This record gives sequence, C-alpha cells and structure tokens, in this order.
Amino acid sequence: MSAEINLTLKVWRQAGPNAEGRFVTYEAGGISTDASFLEMLDIVNERLIEAGEEPIVFESDCREGICGTCGLMINGQAHGPQKGTATCQLHMRSFSDGDHIVIEPWRATSFPVLRDLAVDRRAMDAIIGAGGYISVNTGAAPDANLTPVPKETADTAFDAAACIGCGACVAACPNSAAQLFTAAKVQHLNLLPQGQAQRWARTEAMVETMEAFFGSCTNHGECEEACPKEIPIDFIAWTNRDYIKAKVKNRKLVG
Amino acid sequence: MLGSLDARIPAGSLDSKWTDHKFSMRLVNPNNKRRFDVIVVGSGLAGASAAASLGELGYRVKVLTYHDSPRRAHSIAAQGGINAAKNYQNDGDSVYRLFYDTIKGGDYRAREANVYRLAEVSVDIIDQATAQGVPFAREYGGLLDNRSFGGAQVSRTFYARGQTGQQLLLGAYSALMRQVAAGTVELHTRSEMLELVMHDGRAVGVVTRDLITGEIVSHSAHAVVLATGGYGNVYFLSTNAKMCNVTAAWRAHRQGALFANPCYTQIHPTCIPASDDFQSKLTLMSESLRNDGRIWVPLAHDDGRGPHEIPDADRDYFLERKYPAFGNLVPRDVASRNAKTVVDEGRGVGPLRNGVYLDFSGAMARDGEAVIRAKYGNLFDMYERITGEDPYTVPMRIYPATHYTMGGLWVDYELMSNVPGLFVLGEANFSDHGANRLGASALMQGLADGYFILPYTIGNYLSDFLGDPALGTSEPVFADAEQAVADEMNRWLSIGGTRSVDHYHRELGKLVWDYIGMARNKTGLEKALSEIPALREEYHRNVRVLGSADTLNQSLEKAGRVADLFELAELMARDALTREESCGGHFREEHQTTDGEAMRDDDNFTHVAAWEWNGEGTPQTRHREELEFDNVELTQRSYK
Repeated sequence: MSAEINLTLKVWRQAGPNAEGRFVTYEAGGISTDASFLEMLDIVNERLIEAGEEPIVFESDCREGICGTCGLMINGQAHGPQKGTATCQLHMRSFSDGDHIVIEPWRATSFPVLRDLAVDRRAMDAIIGAGGYISVNTGAAPDANLTPVPKETADTAFDAAACIGCGACVAACPNSAAQLFTAAKVQHLNLLPQGQAQRWARTEAMVETMEAFFGSCTNHGECEEACPKEIPIDFIAWTNRDYIKAKVKNRKLVG
Repeated sequence: MLGSLDARIPAGSLDSKWTDHKFSMRLVNPNNKRRFDVIVVGSGLAGASAAASLGELGYRVKVLTYHDSPRRAHSIAAQGGINAAKNYQNDGDSVYRLFYDTIKGGDYRAREANVYRLAEVSVDIIDQATAQGVPFAREYGGLLDNRSFGGAQVSRTFYARGQTGQQLLLGAYSALMRQVAAGTVELHTRSEMLELVMHDGRAVGVVTRDLITGEIVSHSAHAVVLATGGYGNVYFLSTNAKMCNVTAAWRAHRQGALFANPCYTQIHPTCIPASDDFQSKLTLMSESLRNDGRIWVPLAHDDGRGPHEIPDADRDYFLERKYPAFGNLVPRDVASRNAKTVVDEGRGVGPLRNGVYLDFSGAMARDGEAVIRAKYGNLFDMYERITGEDPYTVPMRIYPATHYTMGGLWVDYELMSNVPGLFVLGEANFSDHGANRLGASALMQGLADGYFILPYTIGNYLSDFLGDPALGTSEPVFADAEQAVADEMNRWLSIGGTRSVDHYHRELGKLVWDYIGMARNKTGLEKALSEIPALREEYHRNVRVLGSADTLNQSLEKAGRVADLFELAELMARDALTREESCGGHFREEHQTTDGEAMRDDDNFTHVAAWEWNGEGTPQTRHREELEFDNVELTQRSYK
C-alpha cells in the first residue's frame, strides 16, 4: 500500500558539456511510494522552479520502458536496484524512508554529458549505421511466408532484438564497452535467414565501429546485470565467434 | 479563399484507383531525383520509412527529429500488432474485408479511396518488414502467426510479442541508418521544428532550434514532409510519450494548412487507472489482452468485496452481455464508453473505484499459466512493476485513457496538405481512420504512408520543379522565420511568472478531459470555450521559464509546445460543438440511441471538417470536404 517517504538526493549538476560538474544535495520530502522514480524527480523539479532554481535536466519520453531515452546511475547502479527495469519503471516502493540516493548520468567517455543527467549517445547510432540492417530496398521484398523461420530461431532473434538502446550496458561496463548493445543487434540479424547475406560484413563492421568509439569487452558481465531487458551475454559469445569467422571469410584477394 | 475542398480522388472503380493513379502520376527519373531536396520532420514509423524509401530512390533527404536518436520516436511503444489482409489464416479475410472493417470501424467518416488503398498496400508492409528482419511471431512450422483484434472477426494481426511497434520501428530505423551511412539522408537529431517557411504559397523549408546549443537554423527544400505524430498530450495524462506534441503540425496550421477533425480523439479502453495527482502519464495494456481477458465489474453498486470473493453470479461481464457477437473484442470507442458507464454508475473497482477488471483466470484455467505467460508475459510484468499487484493471481484493473488522435492536418489523396509542397504522414494527418481507429491499424497506416504512398506521390509534385534549385536560406522568408523563433524564446524567458509550464499543462489537461473527453455535451463544450482561453491568458502572463535560450532548457522547449496545445484545445472544443452528432470517438450525449449507442447524422455530417487559421484571437473558418460512399452502405455500427 502507498506510504510517504522522505529522501535526501545527491544529484550531479553540470551546466553544459564543458562546464565543471558537482553534486548538489536536495531534500525530497513527502514522496509517495506509488510514484515512479522519474515522477519523484518531477516533484523535486516542480519545487525547484517554485523556488526560482533551474530544474534538474534528465531525459525521458515513453515512461513505459521501451523507448530507451531515460537512464540514470542510481546509487552506482545503472537504472537502479530493480532487476530488468528501466529507470522510468522503477517505483519509489523500492526505497525506504530516510534513504540517501546518489543520482548521476551515464559515465562513459563516449557518452559526453550535455547537461546535468543528460548525455550524448550518438555513437550507438553510428554502430547501427555501420551494418545494423538488412539491405532490402522498399518494394523489393518477397512474400513474407516464402522463407519459413523456425519458431525457436525467431524467438531467440527476438530476445536479442528486444534491446532498447538505452546505454546501460556501457554505463555498467568497467571498460565502457557497448558490446552487449552491439552483440544484440548483430545476433538479431545474424540468426535470421534474411540476415545471412550480409552476416560476415555486418559482424566485422559493427564490432570494429564499436571498438572505435567505445572500450573493448573483457567479459566482466556487468552489462547483463544492468540490462533493463535482461539480454543475455550469450549473444556476446556468439558475436565473438562470428567475428573470428568473419575475419577469415572477409579476406580479400591480394593477387 | 478556399472553395469546397477537393481531395483529388482518382476516377475509376475502388479497386483500380490506386493502380491507375500510380500509372498516371508523373515520374522523376533517377538522375533528376538527386537534384531534389526533401525535408522529413519526425522519425517514427511514417517519417523513418518515408526518409529511408526516398533516400533509396535517390532524393537528397534531410531528417529532423527532436529525439537524441530516430529510434526513440513514440511508434516504439505500440504493443499489439499490425493489420494486413494476407489471409494466411484462411478465415475469410481479403483486401475488401480489411477495407470494410476499417471504414465501418471509423464510423463512416473516412474516405473510401484512401482506406481501400491502405488495405491494398497492407500486404506489402508485412513482406517489407519481414525482409528487414522484423522478428514477427511464428508458428512451429516457421510461418507467420496472427491474432485477432477489436472490430474484426478474422485473425489478421501480425505481432512481435507485445512490442510490435518497437520491432517495426527498429526495422524502419535500420533502413534509415543504412541511408544515413550511404549519404543519401542527412540526419539532424535534437532539432525541433518551430516554423514552416512559405514562399509564393508553397512550403519551401523549416526553421529548427538545436535543443543543445539553442542555435536557430534554416533548412530549405523542394518539399517538406511532416510525420510528427498526434496530439493526445493535450489531455496531459495520456498513453503518449512525454515529449509528444502538436507543435510542428500546429505551426504549419498557422501558416495556412487546414486542421481536420480535431475532435476525433481515441480513448483506449485498456490502460492502468490513474493513481494520484503526481501521475505523469498513463500506461497502456495492449488491446491484445482482450483476446483472452474477460472484462467485468460487480453487479452491485459499491461492492466492497475483493475480486475473488465475488462469485460469477454477482459479476457483470458487461461487454459480453451487451455485444454477444464481438464480446470483449468490440472496437475501442465502444469498449471505452461502456467502461465509463459502469464506473459512472458506481460499479468501478480498485481503491479509487476508477477501473474495471480484466480477468485472465478463465484463460489460465483453459490454456494453463505457461501459455498466458508466453503470450502476454511482458505486459503482465509491466503491470506488476507499476501497480505492485500480480495479475497472475489478482485480476488486472483497467480504465480508458487517451491514446491516439484521428484528427490532424488535412491531406488530399496524395497525402499533400492544402499547402503545396507540404505532405503529412501517419498520425499527424487525418486521412484513414475516420472517427475511430481500429486496433493494429496505426502501424499499418504509418508504414503505408511512408513506404508505399509518399514515394510515389511526391514525384508527381516535384516533377513541376525540375531544374529549379531549392530557395536559398539567405532569402528574407527564412530570416523572418528565424527572427520569429528567436522572439518566441525571448518572450518565454522574459515573462517571469510564478508557476511552471507543467502546472499549466496539467490544468489544461483536466479541462480537456472533463469537457472534450469520452463524452461531450453542449454545456461542457461551451464551458471549455470560455475556460480554456482564460487559462491560456493566465499561462502567457504567469508562466515561469527559468534559464536561458542558448543551452539545453527543457522548460523552454515545453513552453512553446504547451502554448500550441492551448490553441488546439480550443479548436477541438469548437469542432466538437459544431459536429452535432455522435460518431466513433466523438460522443455527444445529446445524440445517442435509446440503448446509449452513438447516433450519427448522415444527412448533415457526412463530411470532413477542416479548419482554416485566421490569425490569433479570431476563430478559425470551417471548411467541408464531402465524403462520398459508393461502395459501402452507411448503417449504424452494430457489434451485437
């Protein structure tokens, strides 16, 4: 049942990409446990505006865990304490009266802070542009039932495709690698019959674009823990295997 | 001045119009396509599919989105599915039946020709998406699976668990990013369109504000495509994403584009009921749940017992009782209105008595919990995260919430607005759903417009301008538009009032929900027409926007969006007041049958109302486009 709790927030404030950042402490009293984490921040912001202070910048959009816009480090955990839950679906019933909560942006060199808790994640789009697609121009597709796809294959491809591109895997990774994000997209397409024609080119291009922007994966597994869609790191193993094969298959004639 | 509106519907029989028209439209040859610049605003299903397809054809495309990535667009949140007349289930579906169901579902307030074309191209969408790698649900034999949705008696809905919109959008986004990498599409993220630029009566570009730096930028093109979604956030609480707004469409309206049928809004029957004042949005539970869940309330008023303590004899499965043929799968407007009726009667459930039960115990007893978990697991988990209740053991509580808006900018058969060079796609236009959209039809329409209609029709417009370069951004029309945006930013920052933008947005939403919500009447609408302008006046006088314009400033972004929603809300009320009939999502209490069903007035209202901007402070002028029905007979919709 709902109750009201009082919290102390330590929030990262940074005026712009090149400004110095610092933690600022706010008291958040009388917060209903039925509120979502972002609704709690809405309330804090409303009070700040009334007091004549600029509100805390944080990003969100769908607030139902699917668009991937939101993402905060909450007490050092990407998306906070509830497993398999994006920040927007985390509710205050996960916290207790008197809690101190530290709120930071995603921390990664490839995700520069724009302001307060908002970061720039365009490097993830670059990975998709490098090969995260099947090249089929509009109108060129055969009938959808022409190629049967075993249900198990389609289901596993879906498990990978469920990635929302929030960047929690990067934020959680000690190396700031985007390997889980990259592997999820690589395997979504590599598993399907439609994705075979570009399988090896895609794998090499996406993995190497990832490495150009982000750190390298050394199999810590923190990404899987942080992922709000609980995407398994098996996909990373499969991608590593595909990457080695791709280096052989993509050899060019030298003669 | 505008005469009567001509949708330029091609002659010929219903099933040959689009085929014939495709042949009669002028083409732009491949070498000339690269001389044309096209701006696409918005990167959801309609925008991304249009931009990718135009890029593939060789046009020079610029995509503008206020999101940090095109993949964030709100299409991503669509859950249930996408309709297509594939008839893979051998259950009697056809292009004609999808057309018929959609026209009927829209309560005979959509164009026959548009809807037939939509049904025709629906089959191509499934092929395209599957080829892109969209992981639709499959049967064990490896072929595609279908389920049924409200308003249909066949299974024609393709789905990807409860995340169909996400998977379709990621397909369109991947096609878009492929074109970005190929250099045919230039992508501008975090760029919000704030002005449409006109020259010689044509759309020639837009002005955007960079949301990070505040820089005001002009973009010129031979044609502008708006794919900027709907205006459901006028209610403040809706299932729309927080950033969804009407601004791009409204700024075009202020430049002369007609706004059609703004009072046609859809209230979705299956959402999680609101819990308190701090609530920032409502969450949808997919309509697909109505395939297996049974909707009920207690027979008795103010029944204090828990759901398990109420025996079957004391329950009212009100949809099954009133509509035996369609049962829980009646269209959304009918399901929503009936839920409102029983809650208004005092038979609502939950702590605030503001919901009805959606009960899966029967389906779990029949199919086993594992089957239900496989079908709806992610939705059940989402419900539990939000409410703290386990729907496997306690029936879900649901209530209607604003979900989709059928109204939008007026477009002709080629999806061009009355402003030459301005095309409007997806939810932002008004064209295909009439007064009520059927479930799983929004994804179909967005992708039909973007993949298969605009790429043909835009050439028919552009071919007139072969050899003409796009107007330079140094022209005075661009400088004027930039100045207008700069002035607007300064105005918000200099008001120095006392209450936040969100405060006023919430207050506006309450008025719109109370007076222009699920049921409307003359008294309420007249109140809306006096209270909304009064609140709007206070908003412009007393809103507090802190900070500056040269940085990421979310209050400043919202200030302009909420101002546009205020103006739109007033037009919605005026449109609803003028339409003296009930149809689809527009229910006027004065116009209902003895058993409470919507009663249309076909003699006087078989037309589209399209409103023309007359400047601030002057009511818009109402124009009409008569709707001709040559193929279907107008009847009272019956789902009994």
